[in-house]
Amino acid sequence: MATASITKKRAVNLSRSLQLSKKAKGKGPSLVIQPGRFGPWGGRYVPETLMAALEELEREYERAKKDPRFKARLNELLKTYAGRPTPLFFARRLSQKLGGPKIYLKREDLLHTGAHKINNCIGQALLVERMGKHRVVAETGAGQHGVATATVCALLGFECVVYMGTEDMRRQELNVFRMRLLGAEVRGVDAGSRTLKDAINEAMRDWVTNVRTTHYLLGSVLGAHPYPTMVRDFHKVIGREARAQILKAEGKLPTMVIACVGGGSNAIGVFYEFIGDKKVKLVGVEAGGRGDKLGDHAARFRGGSAGVLQGTYSYVLQDEAGQIATTHSVSAGLDYPSIGPEHAWLADSGRAEYVAASDAEALDACKLLAQTEGIIPALESAHAVAEIIKRAPQMKKSDVVIVNISGRGDKDVGILRESLTLT
Amino acid sequence: MSISFTNRPALVAYLTCGDPDLRTTREVALAAIAAGAEIIELGVPFSDPVADGPVIQRASERALKNGVSLDQVLDLAAEIRNKSEAGLIVFSYLNPILRMGMEKFAAKAADVGVDGALVTDLPVEEAAEYLRHMRKRNLATVFLAAPTSPDERLKRIVEASTAFVYAVSRTGVTGTRKELPEDAQKLVRRLREFTKLPIAVGFGISASEQFAAVGAFAEAAVVGSAIVQTIESNPGTEAQAVAEFIKQVIGLRSSVVGC
Repeated sequence: MATASITKKRAVNLSRSLQLSKKAKGKGPSLVIQPGRFGPWGGRYVPETLMAALEELEREYERAKKDPRFKARLNELLKTYAGRPTPLFFARRLSQKLGGPKIYLKREDLLHTGAHKINNCIGQALLVERMGKHRVVAETGAGQHGVATATVCALLGFECVVYMGTEDMRRQELNVFRMRLLGAEVRGVDAGSRTLKDAINEAMRDWVTNVRTTHYLLGSVLGAHPYPTMVRDFHKVIGREARAQILKAEGKLPTMVIACVGGGSNAIGVFYEFIGDKKVKLVGVEAGGRGDKLGDHAARFRGGSAGVLQGTYSYVLQDEAGQIATTHSVSAGLDYPSIGPEHAWLADSGRAEYVAASDAEALDACKLLAQTEGIIPALESAHAVAEIIKRAPQMKKSDVVIVNISGRGDKDVGILRESLTLT
Repeated sequence: MSISFTNRPALVAYLTCGDPDLRTTREVALAAIAAGAEIIELGVPFSDPVADGPVIQRASERALKNGVSLDQVLDLAAEIRNKSEAGLIVFSYLNPILRMGMEKFAAKAADVGVDGALVTDLPVEEAAEYLRHMRKRNLATVFLAAPTSPDERLKRIVEASTAFVYAVSRTGVTGTRKELPEDAQKLVRRLREFTKLPIAVGFGISASEQFAAVGAFAEAAVVGSAIVQTIESNPGTEAQAVAEFIKQVIGLRSSVVGC
């Protein structure tokens, strides 16, 4: 599970050189250093055509944050439409079976559309309305963000185009139909590994072409500033609720919070309120896929190094020449070669720890949770469950762990049926 | 070596390096220069070309299948420089340069006789470190200006640019279009308020009428996807086909400028 130390050294060297650029501020001709950095990570690396749109989005978001009507409308929709707050459920049988800590599940899988993604989609959709745009494009991996985007577009009456890799369309075909049923157009992307990264490329190409009328509803804490900050803010509610709920249930803070990390939106959402609670261990679980070779996994902290992909500077799986590697995971939502820049910072600063679970471990975890608690988690969330299965035997009975169940497994039943033997 | 434009509009030719292989790119570049191209943009293939349309995406994929790297593109630049004085601009996404290291990139680019670079996904705000290394090696830094850029951004773009400014003719990705949008002329007019640098207009220029029309308001026109398409359609005779295409594109130039 250790991060490769050579890789890390290289990352730090690069980040140091970028920090130097901040010191050079005075020398340059009126060059402004943008906010949106997490330590050295993050930033805004996009073609010039998109810069004005990102600046507009940032301004609108800053204004909306301070607008009590925006907050009231957002909270109302989260409550009456999405179904917040979500429960924090004590998993008694799972805890007993693993024989270690008390395990609580944060039930984001119970939200409307079946995953945490709806939190961010409602937030951004209300911004689209404020900006007077009427067309929304989005990318999707597992289809959960695509479904949530199609849902809010139906709710607010926007035209919606979702880009999805054809490999992901194959393995998540139910979600493709759901999006179409909701009135969205799903466009298949046949480039690269035909997964999430390629869908983002195509969504960005659409956005750069139609930027005057179109909003890009990015589904994770990725991309250029302000996306990583804004998307995190819309998901902070997960951790805020969980913190209050665990204090009420246990009278103390948890020992550990565990979440799966693709781009990292559910993880940053559940971590954020706990970052200041130094004794709470934060653990992110990446997709270990089918092996350690480049191309066989999506564990950015295991095999990645500093790089820029799709607008942001973070850990990236790439080759020696800076070409982005293909990735593999049984879960489409974790199948991505870069990671949200704030996670890069949490890893560097040691505040959060990042590990990986393999395809097989995630599948087993999915089955175990289904049969001990009657909850079928999404394959993404099953990676987080796999981690507590590994750790629980070494933990104390007095320990308390929160595992974020970011989504439900209905969409994965096809893959589960192919992969699991049930007796 | 320095960048100067002789004819109006000057032809800037974009090539995806290593498509179909590096030797062909060298031959095509030299043939393009002989046919009248004044600047060659040496496109570095990248796995995730978000600013490019299907033609250049396909060319990048072909080049990457051959394992073409930024390092090899710079070696290719050295070979072209041995035979020609034409302007050479490296056209890349940021990550390959970041991976090589900005200092090393600037050093090698200067050594092999490249005149400058344009980094598609590096806006001026993020470019301080890049500018420092490029200035140190006396390399030109060309930045993109877009129809969507407000005036404050255009000011920063021209301040950071040297040699010329690249005006993106329309919102969108690279690729040929039938008509030259009004956006292009408007953007060039706005840029003139802030700079005396020459302006090259690019994105979508593929035919002689469009090319000649650019001459009425800008110093240079970039032809990219149409050349890459010509290479794709003429396996085995790429250099000759590109030379003929370029002659045809610039054919109308003198008559239009004369009137």
